Amino acid sequence: MYDKLIFERSKEGRVGITLPKTEVKDYPLPKEHLTKRDLLLPEVSEVDVIRHYTNLSLKNYGVDRGIYPLGSCTMKYNPKINEELSKNPKFNNLHPLQPDVTSQGALELEYNLEKLLNEILGLKAFSFAPCAGAHGELTGLMMIKAYHEKNKDYKRKKILIPDSAHGTNPASVAIAGFEVVNLRSTEEGTVDVEHLKEVLDDEVAGMMLTNPNTAGLYEKDICIITKLVHDAGGLMYYDGANFNALLGLAKPSAMGFDVIHLNLHKTFSTPHGGGGPGVGAVGAGEKLKTFLPNKHVRLENGLYVRRKEKDSIGNVSYFQGNYNVILKAYAYILSMGKENIRNVGEFAVLNANYVKAALEEYYEVPVKGAIMHEVVFNGLKSKKASTLDVAKRLLDYGFHPSTIYFPLLFSQSMMVEPVETESKETIDEFIDALIKIAHEAEKTPELLHDAPHTTPVRRLDEVLAARELKVKYRDLL
Amino acid sequence: MHKYLPHTASDIKAMLDKIGIKTIDELFVALGDIKLTKPLDIPSQMSENELRDHFEMLASKNKNLLSFCGLGSYESYDFSIIDALTSRQEFLTSYTPYQPEVSQGTLQYIFEFQSYVCELTGMDIANASMYDGASSTAEAIFMAVAATRKNKVLLSKTINPYVLEVVETYCKYRDLDIEYVLEKDFSFDLEDLKKKLNNDVACFVAQTPNVYGILEDYSKVKETLEETGTLFIINQEPSSLALFKAPSEYNADIACGDMQSLGLKRNFGGPSVGYLATISKYQRRLPGRIVGKTVDVEGKRGYVLTLQAREQHIRREKATSNICSNQSLMALTVSIYLSLVGKQGLIELSKRAYNNAHYLEEELLKTKKFKKTTDKPFYQEFVLEYLGDPKVLETKLLALGYLSGYNIKDNLIIFYASEVRTKAEIDEFVKKVGEV
Repeated sequence: MYDKLIFERSKEGRVGITLPKTEVKDYPLPKEHLTKRDLLLPEVSEVDVIRHYTNLSLKNYGVDRGIYPLGSCTMKYNPKINEELSKNPKFNNLHPLQPDVTSQGALELEYNLEKLLNEILGLKAFSFAPCAGAHGELTGLMMIKAYHEKNKDYKRKKILIPDSAHGTNPASVAIAGFEVVNLRSTEEGTVDVEHLKEVLDDEVAGMMLTNPNTAGLYEKDICIITKLVHDAGGLMYYDGANFNALLGLAKPSAMGFDVIHLNLHKTFSTPHGGGGPGVGAVGAGEKLKTFLPNKHVRLENGLYVRRKEKDSIGNVSYFQGNYNVILKAYAYILSMGKENIRNVGEFAVLNANYVKAALEEYYEVPVKGAIMHEVVFNGLKSKKASTLDVAKRLLDYGFHPSTIYFPLLFSQSMMVEPVETESKETIDEFIDALIKIAHEAEKTPELLHDAPHTTPVRRLDEVLAARELKVKYRDLL
Repeated sequence: MHKYLPHTASDIKAMLDKIGIKTIDELFVALGDIKLTKPLDIPSQMSENELRDHFEMLASKNKNLLSFCGLGSYESYDFSIIDALTSRQEFLTSYTPYQPEVSQGTLQYIFEFQSYVCELTGMDIANASMYDGASSTAEAIFMAVAATRKNKVLLSKTINPYVLEVVETYCKYRDLDIEYVLEKDFSFDLEDLKKKLNNDVACFVAQTPNVYGILEDYSKVKETLEETGTLFIINQEPSSLALFKAPSEYNADIACGDMQSLGLKRNFGGPSVGYLATISKYQRRLPGRIVGKTVDVEGKRGYVLTLQAREQHIRREKATSNICSNQSLMALTVSIYLSLVGKQGLIELSKRAYNNAHYLEEELLKTKKFKKTTDKPFYQEFVLEYLGDPKVLETKLLALGYLSGYNIKDNLIIFYASEVRTKAEIDEFVKKVGEV
């Protein structure tokens, strides 16, 4: 198995590029500014580079290979046409500072996408400046803070967060200069409304909520929750990481949310790229729309222009955020169209309930009733092996495992999100593998414990990695 | 039926039977009144050909300009294998590497990306990437604030204003005090830094080459900051690091910046990728993912996410940052670019950018329409004073298909000549400027 670093393929004198001739003469370099270091950069040929990265790629699992049922991550198919459309040089070669009159197509596209999302979410305005979900959360929280400050309501320093929330929620709260107040969940796994009533006061700036929540449950008291928070003077933030369940079926605005973020790299099919680039598009209703970050596209006298909103929090990314990614999300919505978009939420939820029904004999379902787009199991019913062992054994069957040990509500969480682009056959194969693993756990638990057996590397020593920290090529020399 | 939705009527029926219900609607009972009764008011589905036509219609309304403007969005050579490799589904369609056994491709390229960042900046440890150079600067400040437990930030006025805008937003909501160190002769003013420095200052942040393209001299900065225990943060354009002094040579505590210039297209501003690196002392203050080398049960070399106790999924509100997704695919792009260009190539390309900028300056001055502003050394951007009306110049050049320099204030224009510009292009541009 190939295991070289690019630095280890280096041979003095090799080159990977051919540059055009230059007719510009050399100008003297400022001696006092020149580096004294001899950089340890690889010297390789073009073929070396192709072989190296192709070999690396073969050690990765991707959506094009099979089901990628990571709960909370919405790993749906990333359409190839969207990639093709995003590579148009007339978009790729735009400088972010070129005048609006010379970038009308790009601005019109952003404007169109905003209008589509306004309709889908029931909101008034969107910004695409945030580069990821957590970045969107931070932006939305800043907007909440700016809103209260504009109303001279300076004592509102607390943000309520259910204990089931994504880890980025409390972290974003801290970065935005707020204080986290944790809300308990009920035994059913939804927000404990009584606890909410206890903690609501005039210091609460708002509440962050994911709906469906991370246990895969629809917050049935959502309208009561948002009313309670609003009555106390707080604002409601919708973490749209799980919006796929409701796409075409419900609008968060109707539930009473004031500001939301959408992960375009989840619900709207843009590829996750091994950890980005994403877009954490932030949408706002009437109360917060003037607080969106710079710059916001508007149509004025037939011209698309970038404007600063009057209460804008300022900018949160260098120029226009991850602009190129929004081309793909726009193409996705247009290719689905009004005829099909509702099926996305429907089939995502159907799939999750099907997986639950097929596996509840073998895996513990810790919540009651219908779930939405993802199903959380609390490990094997038999408890003969841990969730980690089950996940690693799934790798031997050629599947990417589900999210594990999240949500934190259950000790052996396995969170499966079988998205709408997966066929029944694929889901059945995945279910069969999990049933086989449940049987193996009874008869040959060591098979699970030692798994995976067939992957490019086997279980890795994470303790060693942290104890003897080696984070760059020079550390290996 | 839709091409991305494979369920047939019989599939749906079989699945509903297994669940023990009759209709899909039964799954949504909990939604009550919230459930939409009408379809969304969006356009009808489009085929690939219709989409292509629609996008072409929009694209035709964009104008590609020959650029002499940088300001954080740069042009580099486009090598065909970069797209070929970054389009591979194994890189493009994978998630954050939570299952290391089937993510070694991603984990290893992040390790190599960290190696490149450390090699270029001279720092001990780098993370897996930040959103862009602006947010990486803000996060560098947060690191310094956490490390020093001080609340005040000194920023050089010569930092790119688009970076400052983001930094100001981040700091405002974190309740940090910002004060600016003034500029003197288009570089940060050391005397002003000394004047404003006190025991409350967590860090001093400076940029080189600065917004005017000038290489700043930090040889006296570290010793100045030592008395007050203030950290030194350098934001540096990475393509300059093959030739010029690195943050480590100025004893910086944290290095940050944007890497768009290393093989990423301008794309109307994004996606770009930020880098963030520091010395070992502050390694546990770094935000985001860090990949470390380890071995598997058979002793084979492998890579994992490490020092995760810093991160949001473990530490929640006590994490060093909220960052989760970053710009992984862009970190891959930069790594491939650097691998391909190699040691000599990187030096050659930065020399070309340097030479082009110096040639452009020389030629623009010959038109007698500009005044030289400073004798300080510069890299690929420089600032001149225009003797006419900058708005007129900009408008006239725009009509000729040029994105002229950036009019930062008064009559000052910042020009940029990428390594990609040819002598003929520069000559033609200068001729047109002369004719305005």
